[in-house]
Order: sequence, then C-alpha cells, then structure tokens
Amino acid sequence: MGELKLMKGNEALAEAAIRYGADAYFGYPITPQSEVIEYLSEQNPYERTGMVVLQAESELAAINMVYAAGAAGKRVMTSSSSPGVCLKQEGLAYIAGAEVPCVFADVVRGGPGLGTIQPSQADYFQNTKGGGNGDYRNIVLAPSSVQEMCDFVALGFDLAFKYRMAACILSDGAIGQMMEKVILPEQKARMTEEEIKAKYPWALTGRARGTQHRVITSLDLDSAKMEEHNRALQRKYKEVEANETRYEMINCEDAEYVFVAYGSSARIAQKSVQLGREAGLKVGLLRPITLWPYPTKAIDDLIKKGVKGFLSVELSCGQMIEDVRLACNGRVKAEHFGRVGGIIHTPEEVLEAMKKQIIGE
Amino acid sequence: MTVQDIIKPENLVYQKSKLLTNKPFHYCPGCGHGTVHRIIAEVLEELGVDDRTIGVSPVGCAVMAYDYFDVDFVEAAHGRAPACATGIKRVWPDKIVFSYQGDGDLAAIGTCETIHTCNRGENITMIFVNNGIYGMTGGQMAPTTLEGMKTATTPYGRKATLPAGAGFDGIPNNGYPLHITELIAHLPGTKYVTRQAVYDPAHVRNAKKAIKKAFENQINGKSGVNFVEIVSNCNSNWKMEPVAANKWLVENMLPEYPLGDIKVDGKLVEK
Repeated sequence: MGELKLMKGNEALAEAAIRYGADAYFGYPITPQSEVIEYLSEQNPYERTGMVVLQAESELAAINMVYAAGAAGKRVMTSSSSPGVCLKQEGLAYIAGAEVPCVFADVVRGGPGLGTIQPSQADYFQNTKGGGNGDYRNIVLAPSSVQEMCDFVALGFDLAFKYRMAACILSDGAIGQMMEKVILPEQKARMTEEEIKAKYPWALTGRARGTQHRVITSLDLDSAKMEEHNRALQRKYKEVEANETRYEMINCEDAEYVFVAYGSSARIAQKSVQLGREAGLKVGLLRPITLWPYPTKAIDDLIKKGVKGFLSVELSCGQMIEDVRLACNGRVKAEHFGRVGGIIHTPEEVLEAMKKQIIGE
Repeated sequence: MTVQDIIKPENLVYQKSKLLTNKPFHYCPGCGHGTVHRIIAEVLEELGVDDRTIGVSPVGCAVMAYDYFDVDFVEAAHGRAPACATGIKRVWPDKIVFSYQGDGDLAAIGTCETIHTCNRGENITMIFVNNGIYGMTGGQMAPTTLEGMKTATTPYGRKATLPAGAGFDGIPNNGYPLHITELIAHLPGTKYVTRQAVYDPAHVRNAKKAIKKAFENQINGKSGVNFVEIVSNCNSNWKMEPVAANKWLVENMLPEYPLGDIKVDGKLVEK
C-alpha cells in the first residue's frame, strides 16, 4: 500500500511521474496546469531520482525536446493546456510518424483561441482525431479523479513504450485543480543505460562499433516505403484498439437509457444516474476511460442488450457525440448535452436533458 | 599498367572517412554540404566518439544527413534541431550531441530554439551552414540572403526597405541579412563561436580545426554551446557553375559574413 495524500490533480500527475522513474519533464507554464512544472521544480527530482525538469522557451520547444529524448530511449513527459497543446501538435505528428514513446497531459480549458481558463472538454477532437498532419493516432486516457491522474501516468508510460507511440492524459481544469485523496505508488528506479539498451534496441544511445547505426525519422521519400510505413502504423493502431480499450459501466445491467460521459462530466453524470434511479428511471452510465481507442463495442453491446438511447454529456458543444453516433449507427437515438464557457453542468440539468432529449414524456 | 595495378594499399593517399556510409550524397555537384559532412565525420573518427554520438538533422537540404553518417541520428522538425539536441543532451549528458542546420532552419523558423538553446548554455555542438538561400524548396529568400540578391521570392533582389520612386521610400520590406552568429556570440551561454568556409583547401583545413575544437570543447566541458557557422554556396539556386559560385561567395558573401573566430573560451575576440 502506497502513501495516502491530499493533492491537486496536477500535483498528483507530477508526483506520479517522479515515482514512475521518469527521466525528464519538459514543459511551459499555462493555466490551469502550471502546478505540474511548479511542483516538479519544487520537489527537486534531479536530487530525488535524477529526473530532469526543464522549463522550455515554448510548448513547441518542449515537445521537440520530448521527441528527441524519447527517441533516445528515455521516459519523458510534458503537459500543457489547450492552446499550448495546439503548439505541440507539430511535435506529436513527428512522434507518431517516427514511432517515439512519450506521455503528454492536456488539462483542458475553454476555447477556441485563448478562450477561457475555466474547465472544458472541448479538446476531445484535438486529441482523439489527430491535430497534427497525417494518418495517426494517440492513445487518449481520460482520468475522472485525482487518483486516476496519478495512476494514468504509469499506464500511459507502459502503453507508450509497449506500442512506441504517444499517450495523452486528457483531463480538464476541474480535475487538474481539485484536491482529493490519492494513494501514491512506491518509488520505482529509473532505468539504467544497460537496461535501456537491452530493452529498447531502437533507442538512440550511440551505436556500438560493428553494428548498424540507428535513425529515428518520420521521413521517407520512397512512396512504396512510405505507404508500407503507413500501413504498418494502421496495423499497430488496430492492435491497440483490440487490446487496450478501457471503460467503466455504472448501473448498466438493466439500463434502458445510458449517459455517456468521461472525466469530470462522468462524475456529474454518475450523480444524475443516482437521481434518475431514485425517480424510477432505468438509467446507467458508460464512462469511456480510453477516448482513443473508443469503446465502440461497449455501446454496441448495450444496444444489443436493449438500451434505447444515449445522451453524450460533455463540457463542449458536442464532440464525443460523433463517436457515440458512429457506434449507434442510426439504430437508437443519440443526443448531446453540454455546458461550455467554463460553466459546469449540474446533475439535475443533465438528468432533465436525458428526459427531454432521449426518453420523452 | 591497369587500374587494378594501381589500387593497392601502398598507393592509398586519400579516402573517405569510415564514419561516412557508402550511400552517395544527394547534394548537387559543387555544393559545400558534402565537404562539411566529410569534415564532421573525420573529426568524430579522430576523436573516437562514434559509439556515443547522436546527431540531429534539420529540415532543408541536409534533411537526410542521417543516411550519410554512420552514427545514431534523429531527424528534427523544421527549426527544432536545437530543442531536439537539448532533449537528448539533458537525458544523456555523457553522449556527444550535435545539430546540423541551414540558414532558414536555424535563423528563420528556428530562431527561438537557436537563441534559447544558446542562452541556456547546452553542452552541445551546433553546425550552421549558411548559403544565403533556401536550397531544398527551390531558392527562396533566407534570413541571411544578401541585400540586392535575387531569389525566387525576391526576383528583383532583396530590398531591406521599399525603393524610392513610388512614394514608399523607407517603408520596411524584406529586412536585412540576419547575423545570427554575432547575435548568439553575445549570449553568456555560448562558449565557442566561429565562422568558417569550405570553398578552397586552406579554408577546409581551417574549418576542420574549428569543428574539431567545437567537439573537443563538448567532450571536455560541462556547459556552453559550441557554434560553427560555415559560409557555403548554393550553385544550383544561385544559378552559377560551381567555380563561379565559389568566386561569388568570396566576393559577396564574405564581406557581409567575415570569417574567423568570434568567441573563444567564452570570451569575445577583439577585432
């Protein structure tokens, strides 16, 4: 059993990176996630574990530091919030093309543009549908508690290195800023040079004499090779879809109507389920934990079990609803409800929306 | 006597560095990149650090430099090579890390990364090949393009300000040739800053000495950027034959970008 602490989500994310044995964090301050780099700087991780913490000159520089340090076989993390994540998309496309593992966190604020500093879930598209150029995917994990902000660091690194791709921890200003109990894991040792060389033969550590030099690049001007590279990436993504889809179902066994919500919206929708059940409605909650890969099959299974409609509850004008509808494929009703601009929906208005938009009177 | 009779070890007077692969350069005949590559490979071989060197290639003509060097390499996004080099050096402080960039990469789109990497004093070697033009994209204006120089995007010559005659005299236009090397030399984070050329054998030898010093400083030091600018040519986009391009370089590029050490052991060289 690890150490029990009361922490902000952003602090838990930072502490989890140190305890996982991460080698470096490269970041740039932006509200509402500046606590990540502040906490790391205050903790002196270089003295605790040898972990490097560097405040870069921009999000662009930070993600490119992550790209190259990841290419060199190290466990590297960055974090930002929505407008900053836009700037990271260039590096993320290179990371995808060159197949470099890394973890990045997006503590989402409202947009578009400078938007607002209050919580939002309007970066769903940005993180699940790409953002950078080309046909690529990032694994997207959606914590709905401070505990998951902590736990998904380890999960993110494990998946990133298993599949050699970026793992995104997609939260929002509410999860990042709120304080909750969190059980911190034991401190893990950072990997040694010998361990990295043995485990990751692709990593740029300086090629041993008499062996082939290694190149990490996203470029190939030979069309046939580039087509095969893209096909190989897609095969990898299919494997991730098959093996790594994660979700949670609450009160779905006998549900006729289901809320679909992730992150802080899932916390609110869970209360709406309770209120609905108290009023005699057979409602449940599907909480996607991975937003990519998306739990399409879970929705399909619920429809086959008799669910008659879904309400996608998001702090956005309707982004995840597109994936819910794709999963429904016109078979049952699927609608969106959400508040934006930094306003967070109440459990009562979410339940009301389910009654009005899905159940009908 | 046949050719086979001549190819004997005792007749060998010159060969390519073992750290260059057998892949033929894609560079245009007459281009300086091949010479700069060769010098870097020779230096890394002489210093015996090939098994702990990691290079960072740019976007531009040298984008596929990784095909030619037999050392580990990462290919950076346009302008981000100094950030990439920073990332690697911070997590592997004992590795030898160098970036290789052209003028558009280092002094236009990557100016921010260049300045801040130099200002942090990363213990790396930065190679900057300045030929005053964008080569890969077909000869557009670079930040280092000379005033009056014709490029695909300054077809009437680069003009810092709009010309007189139409009532716009003095209004900003293409700006001035950017002396990024002098600029970063004034940052406390740079240790060794020099400008060299490779247009003739004497200057190739000087450039090699400079590049060797830039790597030795990294090997022996803990902090401070070692920055070598090479004033080079682009005969294809300058639309000149190689010999004429080198003559043009001496007559036009060198007055704007004079050769020599600018900063040695952290101290500006007095002129």
